[in-house]
Amino acid sequence: MAAEALVETQDLYFSRGRRAVLAGVDLRIPRRAIVSVMGASGGGKTTLLNLIAGSLAPTRGRVMVAGQEPTKINKNALYQLRSRMGMLFQHSALFTDLSVFENVAFPLRRHFPLPDSILRKLVLMKLEAVGLRGAAGLMPAELSGGMARRVALARTVIMDPQLILYDEPFTGLDPISIGIIATLIKRLNAALGATSIIVSHDVHETFSIADYGYILAGGRIIAEGTPQTLHDSPSELAQQFLSGNPDGPVPFHYPAPCDYDRALESDAVAGEER
Amino acid sequence: MERRAVDWWVGLFVLLGIAALVVLATRVGNLSGFAFSNGYTLSANFSNVGSLKVRSPVKIGGVSVGEVTQIRVDPKTFMAKVTMRIDPQLKLPVDTGASIYTEGLLGEQFIALQPGGLPQDLKPGGTITMTQSAVNLDQLIGQMIFSKASSGK
Amino acid sequence: MAVFDFIPNLGNRVLATVPRLGTATRFLMLGLAAIFSRHFSFRQLLRQVYGLGVLSLALMIVAAFFTGMVLAFQGYYALVRFGATSALGTLVALSLLRELGPVLTALLFAGRAGSALTAEIGSMKATEQLSAMDMMAVNPLAWVVAPRLWAGIIVVPILCVIFDLVGVWGGYLIAVPLLGVDGGTFWAQMQSNVTFSGDIMNGLFKALCFGLVVTWIAAWQGYAAQPTAEGVGSATTRSVVTASLAVLGLDFILTALLFK
Repeated sequence: MAAEALVETQDLYFSRGRRAVLAGVDLRIPRRAIVSVMGASGGGKTTLLNLIAGSLAPTRGRVMVAGQEPTKINKNALYQLRSRMGMLFQHSALFTDLSVFENVAFPLRRHFPLPDSILRKLVLMKLEAVGLRGAAGLMPAELSGGMARRVALARTVIMDPQLILYDEPFTGLDPISIGIIATLIKRLNAALGATSIIVSHDVHETFSIADYGYILAGGRIIAEGTPQTLHDSPSELAQQFLSGNPDGPVPFHYPAPCDYDRALESDAVAGEER
Repeated sequence: MERRAVDWWVGLFVLLGIAALVVLATRVGNLSGFAFSNGYTLSANFSNVGSLKVRSPVKIGGVSVGEVTQIRVDPKTFMAKVTMRIDPQLKLPVDTGASIYTEGLLGEQFIALQPGGLPQDLKPGGTITMTQSAVNLDQLIGQMIFSKASSGK
Repeated sequence: MAVFDFIPNLGNRVLATVPRLGTATRFLMLGLAAIFSRHFSFRQLLRQVYGLGVLSLALMIVAAFFTGMVLAFQGYYALVRFGATSALGTLVALSLLRELGPVLTALLFAGRAGSALTAEIGSMKATEQLSAMDMMAVNPLAWVVAPRLWAGIIVVPILCVIFDLVGVWGGYLIAVPLLGVDGGTFWAQMQSNVTFSGDIMNGLFKALCFGLVVTWIAAWQGYAAQPTAEGVGSATTRSVVTASLAVLGLDFILTALLFK
């Protein structure tokens, strides 16, 4: 593992209203690594990505990306920083009114006025990398979920980002598409010399490509390490999450205000009175 | 691409808007009323102008030749002094008369000019001396009812 | 109890409205100012003028035509009792130019284009397109919002002029050939009583204000919508209702100010 960290969070707190989504998260993401952050749904994973991207400001603590704090710099500097970042969204987020080609070309067109021939070459190259060169003329509505995710991936990497953020890249895809996306993430990370952060709850796919992993629960990191050390982690919570047990430290029952029998009884009484 | 079609439609749309505005201005609105803006002014004193207003038309033989620009009371004579702007191509004789008529029974009021026969023309800023005031409809009706009633006895 | 709760509830709602109005106003200012942004595209503006304006044109023409015809009919039966049918042209033209043209154009625009605008921006938000844009370092206010706001401001007065003209023409078709009002009188009376600056331009100024307000409300409702299918649906309804009420309220104020 390289010593230099591209992304670092220190004692990161974030709360929505009174609910603490993140309560003291310390991450260290080295350059050129693929790092996964796993956790249950609603566990603050997407929030963590938004904090790194500077869309949200932390309640306490700080986020450092390439030596800068995304929410402490002005809009232009943030955009400057973001032009070296890419983010793959959970729902692909393709622009529905633009063709596949124009979707991938969008960031280039907005930032670098290139001659058409060069732009075409660059876009088709990225589409070729995700295996969808033939789909350049299609509209997003004509794509399957897996294809849309691949187009979104091509768009994410069109600017050759140094940091790529993946928000649930495997959710809602069939096994073949999952395999393709996983391979592409690994391949693109190597080809671009980039750093990737994958936020996911799909343990196997994520572990198959990640160099290092964090498990997030209750707003804290409960375990970290290489996939192998995580598998051998002594934490019960980590074990429950990794093997998918229905009961464990995370209880099966949502906490009820009074016990079940009494609730039934009072219902029955109410019924008789009627 | 579709790009050209959009340009065409938007261009057409804007042109349509401009054309509609021009038609509205000339055909519906009286932008043509500005034609008298370079006319010369005349004034006339009336004892009663009725409901005559600024911008009311000035006509000769039913044809619009100008408009009323100002109505005020003369502080000495207490007559209503009406200033009007007249088409510069019309030279009116000094013995021209001015009357206030009503268009139809309830229509708007206007000034009708009756050109006289003298060879001298009215100069810009001149005054028309022969005037006939607005007919007061209420008074007329009142008189009629009164005379009917007295003859009926 | 309910009565006692009512007053504090009302107070809370009013208090909650004030900051929301502030946020919406900030959104409007930033949206309008984004025309100077690097990411503002003239091409997007043209697209929006097409989408909001050209595509609403057919609706406006049909609505205006019928409005003018109905005005002529109703006006005729009201005026004929006083033998004042010569004023029919004036009645039709003034009603359209001062009130019905701007107001109906704005209401129809809110229903046809405003709702579509809210739904479009709302679903862009729900499918993370706006966030994606922001992540690609393209300001969604400049790329998405500004062209729509400016298109609304440009389009509504143009639609209003066309509405006015078609309405007058519809009124003419009923008044002159059908009801037998004298054609010359119809136009002459209209011309002598309608002023360019007082009636036509004031009407268009109203339309401009309505265009701004309707587009603002529609864009804001979409931008602030809950990012779910249901949220977008209710934002669309809210957009049309709020925009329509705003047009009617604003119309009262503008009428009081402009036509003394």
